[in-house]
Formats: sequence, C-alpha cells, structure tokens
Amino acid sequence: MQPLIELTGVNFGYGAFNVLEDIDLHLHPGQFVGLVGPSGAGKTSLLKLVLDLLTPVEGRIERVRSNLRVTYVPQIETVDWSFPVTAEEVVLMGLDHRQNIWPWPRRSERERARAILDKLEIDHLAERHIRDLSGGQQQRVFLARALVAEPEILVLDEPTTGVDVRSAENIFHWLTHLNQDGMTILLTTHDLNMAAAHVPWVVCLNRRIMAQGPPQEIFTESILEDAYKGEFIVIRQNDMIFVQQKPHSHGLSDVLPDPVEGGLPNHDSREKSANPVSALKES
Amino acid sequence: MDVLLAPFQYEFFRNGVIAAVLVGGLCALIGVYIVLRGMSFIGHGLSHAVFGGAVVAFILQFNFYVGAVSWGFVAALLINQTVRKTTISADAAIGVVTTASFALGVALISRYRRFSQSFDAALFGNVLGVTPTDIAVIVFVTLAATFMIFFFYKQLLFTTFNSEVAQVYGIPTFWIETWFALILAAVIIASVQIMGVTMIGAALVVPPITIRLLTDSFHRLIIYSTALGALTGLIGMYLSFYVDVSSGASIVLLQSALFCVTLFYVSRVRNRNRLVETPVYGPT
Repeated sequence: MQPLIELTGVNFGYGAFNVLEDIDLHLHPGQFVGLVGPSGAGKTSLLKLVLDLLTPVEGRIERVRSNLRVTYVPQIETVDWSFPVTAEEVVLMGLDHRQNIWPWPRRSERERARAILDKLEIDHLAERHIRDLSGGQQQRVFLARALVAEPEILVLDEPTTGVDVRSAENIFHWLTHLNQDGMTILLTTHDLNMAAAHVPWVVCLNRRIMAQGPPQEIFTESILEDAYKGEFIVIRQNDMIFVQQKPHSHGLSDVLPDPVEGGLPNHDSREKSANPVSALKES
Repeated sequence: MDVLLAPFQYEFFRNGVIAAVLVGGLCALIGVYIVLRGMSFIGHGLSHAVFGGAVVAFILQFNFYVGAVSWGFVAALLINQTVRKTTISADAAIGVVTTASFALGVALISRYRRFSQSFDAALFGNVLGVTPTDIAVIVFVTLAATFMIFFFYKQLLFTTFNSEVAQVYGIPTFWIETWFALILAAVIIASVQIMGVTMIGAALVVPPITIRLLTDSFHRLIIYSTALGALTGLIGMYLSFYVDVSSGASIVLLQSALFCVTLFYVSRVRNRNRLVETPVYGPT
C-alpha cells in the first residue's frame, strides 16, 4: 500500500545545529504511530516537517496527494488561553472556510461542531471560554477542532501533557477508536506507559530513528537506554508493558531515596545536600 | 442642544467630526487584532515610521499618500518577516524598524527646517487641516478594512489565534498577514491628520483593551470596540472644540479616562464576586 506521507533521508537543523539526521519514515493509511524520545530529540520538529511547516535541509518528503487533509493538535502550552474565544468557536475554526464566506457559521456547521463536542462528552461546555476549562477538557476542544475537519491524517503533539491520568486514558481511548474507524494518527508523547498500552507502532527518536516497531519490540531496556541515555526498568506482565526510569540514571542517587532499599543511599551526600546554598559554595 | 449643534456651523468641524468618528472606529477595529497578537506597540511604531516616509515623499515631491503608504507597508512587512524568520521578538523588531525610520524623518526635518511647521500637525493632529481629500481617503480605507475583516473574518481570527496551526488547516497565513500589514499601514496614514503620529498608537490599543475587560467573546469585542472608538472620536471632537486642545489628544485622553473607569469597575465587581464566592470555613 502506498504511504500517505513518506520521508526519505531527511536532515533538518536550526543554523549549524542538527536536530534530525537521516530520517526515513513512512506513514501508511490506517496506521497509528507514536513518536517517543527524550526532550530535544526532535519529535516536534519531525511533526512540523510532516505538516509542511518546516523544510528539510536534505532529503525529501512526499505526500500521496497535494490536497491530503491533515489536521494538527498543538502542544497545549502553545495556546494563548486569554484569547477571547469559546470552546465552540475554537471547534468552528477547523471547518473549511472556503465553503462559507460569511463571518457567521451556518446552522449545519454549528450542528457539526456540536456533534463532535458531544462525541467527546463536552457538548455542555460549548459556550464556555477556553480558559475556564480543565486541562483534559481543553485538550478535547482542540481534538474536536481537528476532527471537525474530517482529516485523513491526525497529528497530535503531546496530547496528554498537563492532563490527569484519567483524562489521558480517555484521550488515548478516543484515538484508538478513531484509528479503528480508519483514521491515520501520528503523535508524540512522553508517556511511555500510555504509548505501550495504546499505540500499535512506536518510533523511538533521538535526533535519528533509534528503532521502530510494535511496542513489545521497542520498549526494551537496551533501546530505551540508548535513546534516553538513562537506565530503565521494563516489566512485562501478560500483554502489558510497564516502563519506569531509574532515578539513579540521572546522577540523582545522592539526593533521592533508593527505590528498592528506601532511605538515602549515601549519608554524606545527604548532609551536603541539606543546605543547597552551602553545597553550591563548597562546589 | 445649542452646545451640540453650534459647532456644526463651521465646515472644519463638520469635516473633523466625520473624520474623527471614522478614524476612531477604524483604529479600534484594527486594534482588536493588534492587541490580541501581542503587538500593541506596532501602531505607535508604524505611525512614527510613516512620518519618516512622509518627510521623504515631501522632499522627493511625491504624493504624500503614495510615499507614506509604501513606506508604512514596507516597514510593516519588515517587522512581520523579522518576527517570522528570526528569534527576534515583535517589540524589538518594531523598535528597530520604526525608530530608524522616524529618526530618518527627524534628520531630514532638521536638515530642511523650512517645512517643520506643517509636520507639527502630523505629529500632534490638527482638525483644522482635514480636507475633503482626507475624508475621501479615510472613507476608502474604512471600506477596504471593513471589507477585509468581514469577508476574511474567520481566516483572520484563526491566524490571530495561532498562525502556525492555521497554516496547517489550509489558511493562507502569509497572504492574510500581508493584507493585514497593508491595511494597518493605510489606517495609520489615513488617521495621521486627525490623530497625529504620537496619538495613533493609543487610539489603536485603548478601546480594545477597555472592551476586553468586559467581554470574553471575540465578535462582541470587535463590535463594541469599534463603537467605543467611533463614540470617543465624536465626543473627543467636541472636547477639542470647546477646550481648545488638539483633536488627537482629546480623543486619547477621553479613551484613557474610560479605560480607567472600566478598570476600576471591573476590579470592584471581581473583588465583590470573590468575597461572595469564597467559602467560609468554620468549626463543624
């Protein structure tokens, strides 16, 4: 099957600094792909290359058609929460504006927006200002804006950042349903356990693609340690995978309790760290 | 009633009122987008940049409007592109581009002192100098700005909210921002005679931030801000006539006074609501 978007030998950087090197990535119809990797690994840059917001320094990006419908849910931190718009007005932004030249929405457009909000269980919040919603509700509003455009590819940048565990679970639940209905999904996430539980194809990235495949193959200690440059514990139980980073792996063993033994592993270092100002002076 | 009608016997007042109402409403309408994009300083800066262009046009004996509009448009584009393509923030880009342009105007004025008197009017606004040509220009710019905002309302809203995401959703953000820069430059040139270079920035910003204190709805912000701008333009002209101060200063002072009253009112209402909503915990 021909990929919807195909990246071949893509390099990208800001000035002299290389952010992404030699990226080969195919996004096939109906795929659900999760990009994982440490902060600064180039995940958002890769999404923006896919979205045609950035241009590669080298390599090529091909789309199956020029009019491919792609929608985007940006990181929640990029949103101006004081902007005077309601949840419904945000969703209406997602409609094709060439279909209606008037400033006000048609009745059919409002009904479509309300139906999506209803599907995401936030129809009753349509008239609320976006600032007055919880993190999970805000995320659903932006997901609704993406869905109202009926995309072929849905791209999400860290959709569960800043939301509680239940809301994060709900978001992945909806994304799984959308994917089962045939929608192609590409997202980035820092939540490795959520990705292990819900995303069928994982790409592990740290400036270059370290590995890609089903979560059972990708969430291994060696691959994660290679990508994140830290120590990981991966526990497998039945079909479930649990990933936990060891606190020692960031050189914090001096100040954090041992997760197994309890208490501080090094008495001297605890005394030193008791007063951070004097510790700094000593150093 | 005589107090209200008496000034209309003078032609300069009739012209001035038409110009002030249109300019007040127009600045407030465009100002909504400027405030929401976090570029409040652009009106102040561009008006100064336009002043440089006007001086150059005068020396080269170009038509004032052609020289000033081209200069303002190029300055607005330079600011937009600097912000889009570099890590320089909007306020820094505005500061560099527009102050350099204003400095050029000042340098040329100090070199050719013979026309400094007429540029005093451009700096501080002079209702006596509003000609039928000025009114025709203001009407044309008002129609063009209203047309653009009416028919590109949704595209402009999305671009103002988040330009990068709007681009993904198929909005031609580059063209929308370019058109907006052109309209903004035109609004500032059309407003110079009535408001003065030094007052336009406030006329763009004060009505939208006043209404913003009262509403969370975008379309209400657009409508009420425009109405407030036009109303303060009208009342400001009367103040200018009876108190004998420059038209730009009287309009901006009136707008600023209304902003202070609104801020005071909103703070009091919020404090009262906070007191009502704060639960009182006591022994159970």
